[in-house]
Amino acid sequence: MEGKNNIYNDNKFNIRNMMNKGILSSFFSALVAVFLGLIIGFFVMLIALPANALIGFRHIIVGGLNRIGDVFYYATPILMTGLSVGFANKMGLFNIGASGQYTMGMYFALYVAFMWDLPDSIHWIVACLAGFVGGMIWGAIPGIFKAFLNVNEVITSIMFNYIGMYLVDMLIQGNSAMYVSDKTRTQYIPAEVQMPSLGIPNSNVNLGIILAILIGILLYIVLQKTIFGYELKATGFNRFASEYAGMKGKRNIILTMAIAGGLSGLGGAFGILAPSGIAGSSMTYEPINIIAPAGFNGIAVALLGNSHPIGIIFSAIFISYIQRGGTLASLAGYKPEIIDIVIAVIIYFSAFANIMNTAILGFIVRHFGKGRKSGNTLANDDIKEAE
Amino acid sequence: MVKVVDMGEYIIEMLNITKIFPGIVANDNITLKLKKGEIHALLGENGAGKSTLMSILFGLYQPDSGEIRKNGKVVQINNPNDANDLGIGMVHQHFKLVDIFTVLENIILGVEPNRMGFIQKEEARKKVVELSEKYGLKVDPDAYVEDITVGMQQRVEILKMLYRDNEILIFDEPTAVLTPQEIRELLQIMKGFAKEGKSILFISHKLNEIMEVADRCTVLRKGKCIGTVNVKDTTKEELSRMMVGRDISFKVDKKERKPGDVVLSVKNLNVVSKTHGKNLVKDVSFDVRAGEIVCLAGIDGNGQREIVNAITGLEKPTSGTIILCGHDITKASIRERSIRGISHIPEDRHKHGLVLDYKLEENLVLQRYWQREFQNRGFIKFDSVRKYAEKLIDKFDIRSGQGPITITRSMSGGNQQKAIIAREIDKDHELLIAVQPTRGLDVGAIEYIHKQLISRRDAGKAVLLVSLELDEVMDISDRILVIYEGEIVGELDPKTTTVEELGLYMSGAKRDNVKEINDGREE
Repeated sequence: MEGKNNIYNDNKFNIRNMMNKGILSSFFSALVAVFLGLIIGFFVMLIALPANALIGFRHIIVGGLNRIGDVFYYATPILMTGLSVGFANKMGLFNIGASGQYTMGMYFALYVAFMWDLPDSIHWIVACLAGFVGGMIWGAIPGIFKAFLNVNEVITSIMFNYIGMYLVDMLIQGNSAMYVSDKTRTQYIPAEVQMPSLGIPNSNVNLGIILAILIGILLYIVLQKTIFGYELKATGFNRFASEYAGMKGKRNIILTMAIAGGLSGLGGAFGILAPSGIAGSSMTYEPINIIAPAGFNGIAVALLGNSHPIGIIFSAIFISYIQRGGTLASLAGYKPEIIDIVIAVIIYFSAFANIMNTAILGFIVRHFGKGRKSGNTLANDDIKEAE
Repeated sequence: MVKVVDMGEYIIEMLNITKIFPGIVANDNITLKLKKGEIHALLGENGAGKSTLMSILFGLYQPDSGEIRKNGKVVQINNPNDANDLGIGMVHQHFKLVDIFTVLENIILGVEPNRMGFIQKEEARKKVVELSEKYGLKVDPDAYVEDITVGMQQRVEILKMLYRDNEILIFDEPTAVLTPQEIRELLQIMKGFAKEGKSILFISHKLNEIMEVADRCTVLRKGKCIGTVNVKDTTKEELSRMMVGRDISFKVDKKERKPGDVVLSVKNLNVVSKTHGKNLVKDVSFDVRAGEIVCLAGIDGNGQREIVNAITGLEKPTSGTIILCGHDITKASIRERSIRGISHIPEDRHKHGLVLDYKLEENLVLQRYWQREFQNRGFIKFDSVRKYAEKLIDKFDIRSGQGPITITRSMSGGNQQKAIIAREIDKDHELLIAVQPTRGLDVGAIEYIHKQLISRRDAGKAVLLVSLELDEVMDISDRILVIYEGEIVGELDPKTTTVEELGLYMSGAKRDNVKEINDGREE
């Protein structure tokens, strides 16, 4: 429409222009989702135990501040699985198999840690790389099924969660060098193979979080600046157009799933190789037939971060933060599950964040904008349809 | 023809309607008055505000100012249900049907006759059959919508309006998806409605159709009402001047040109459908030479799409060879064909031609982003992309809200098509394949696209045009190959043939043995 040139010429500061850039809008919608999630969480606490609601809620909000090192410690695995899910999502693939890839990553890292004899200086690095490879294999297989047989990756990767978990449990239980049967877990990973700690007293924070953030930034660069990222996003937006433009769709599907799997696998390696004072949270694997929750938390992280690598860095840290606060809420007599409800509500809201974003920013523009009577923020879509 | 009511009465009046979307005035003080029993055309380019105005009448949008009257009384239309209660029905450009329901179920959807919650289908069927017979709207009430042709789907939409006893019928670009035969039928049906006393609003930018059926015509341009004229007192030229604001030449200016070497040679091409095993393309052979426009003419769905897909590599042919500039490309990848010199303006610009969520500049390099000019060791050179995009935007006059960084989805259809054409023409090519390049576009854009195609021909490129528009076929091609049920049934020279003859070939009523003609020439 010719009239839209008006916007082009209008350089004045304006919420709409910032919204059009997309950054503000997804950030804003994540904030709104968090805000609403917290409010509803507060009401849940109020119903569960009215007397302590305020104290418990305070723990959730600011509790994480007291344990900031642990916030980062727990953020590392879910940041990696979040990046994994978000990266695949950019290509229009739903990698629900992050858990299986995470588990495979843990196993590969454990295997290298226990079974290979390597110099201390590179042992943990090789173990991490092995984790990457393990996850990569577990991600690539659904990718191959998708590319050549057009099998929905959601189904294969869910199945691969189970296959991976049982396979790893079986392999670990059958390996007497790693498995201590009377403790029903593996031995602790020797200190030489653990990730270097950042040396902050009273916390378990280690190099993993730094690496994970760097990987997030690297992914951002890949997606925004490279040909591979261009092809990947184009395929995600419109598979037919990417085919028309001669992109190698099959290769890109397999590559994307392999990288996504590798990221989850690396998350598994970071998780299990981390030095930790919190019993059972790291350094050992318990084959107890449970699918790793880190994978599903990764889906939540990716959703809240709008699949944007930088957004995912923040959302992983945020979710870890609120989880730490949630465990503290038990001091006020709440079950830790309360915080899972709050997180679920936040995710629930971020899932339809765009709608809220439209409604709320539309409201702001309408009432505080430049006095335009109609401030429908869906303008572009409307005009498109009006044509 | 006896009009049932006196023509002085206005059944619908839309007075001083203004609708503002942020950044654009879609309707600026527009007044439209519809008489009972008339066919009133609403003419305008893409983005002139036609659909917005009709959406207001149908209750999808609220006007910012102005009022709507029915039979002189002010009415408030808050949603389509209100519109329906007032007897206003609309056939949308994109049909609103439930694919997995039958025709009958779609027609009664929302107004199901029922007794204590149980649908009375027989009652509904009787009414639907009556209506369909009365107006000559042939449909099978028990067919599933996903199985019937686009033309029949449209008849279902029309029956939906009739079933609801609507007396004001809005048709939003109803002919865009139809074959020439179906268009003729539809126009007859519309005339029948008007004779019955129903009032019709006919949105279109096809001047021939307006001249044929409409009584009056209101012209919109850039959201403003340019005027309302009696169709019998005006000419096509005057209407197009009102619509575009300048003179449009309907006759394409084209110089004689001798074709050069063979660029594309298709030999014995066969395509067998994967879904139902039928032969969609049967032993098709033809050449396209440098400096000529060859048009593949035919009714939609006679194998054109499969031939184009085989040439561009989107689909593998079952047998046959395709030779481009002396190279056998039958098994080449899409990218390789593109590098060897095929440019392709696809039939569906939203499905294949553009990544709608990408910026305009990103779409403009969709065929070239991997080239040296735009990348360095796998990193895209965004400076070069921006410069290149600005060059194309300037050269091809692509209009958009924010220039290179406009999200392509927000651009008008005509400008989206211009972007594709700019991209495909500016890329190195020997063969340009254009599939229905003017579909759904307005007169100004069509004129522009025709000029571009001819400029390619004059630059010594081979052009293969696939078109359903007979006028377009006759005007710009140098050679016409008519395709019917997957076979080439005739080769015609547009200078010596007529539209009628072309129509006979297209409908399968007439055919030459083209294979013999071709073989004879080779020897």
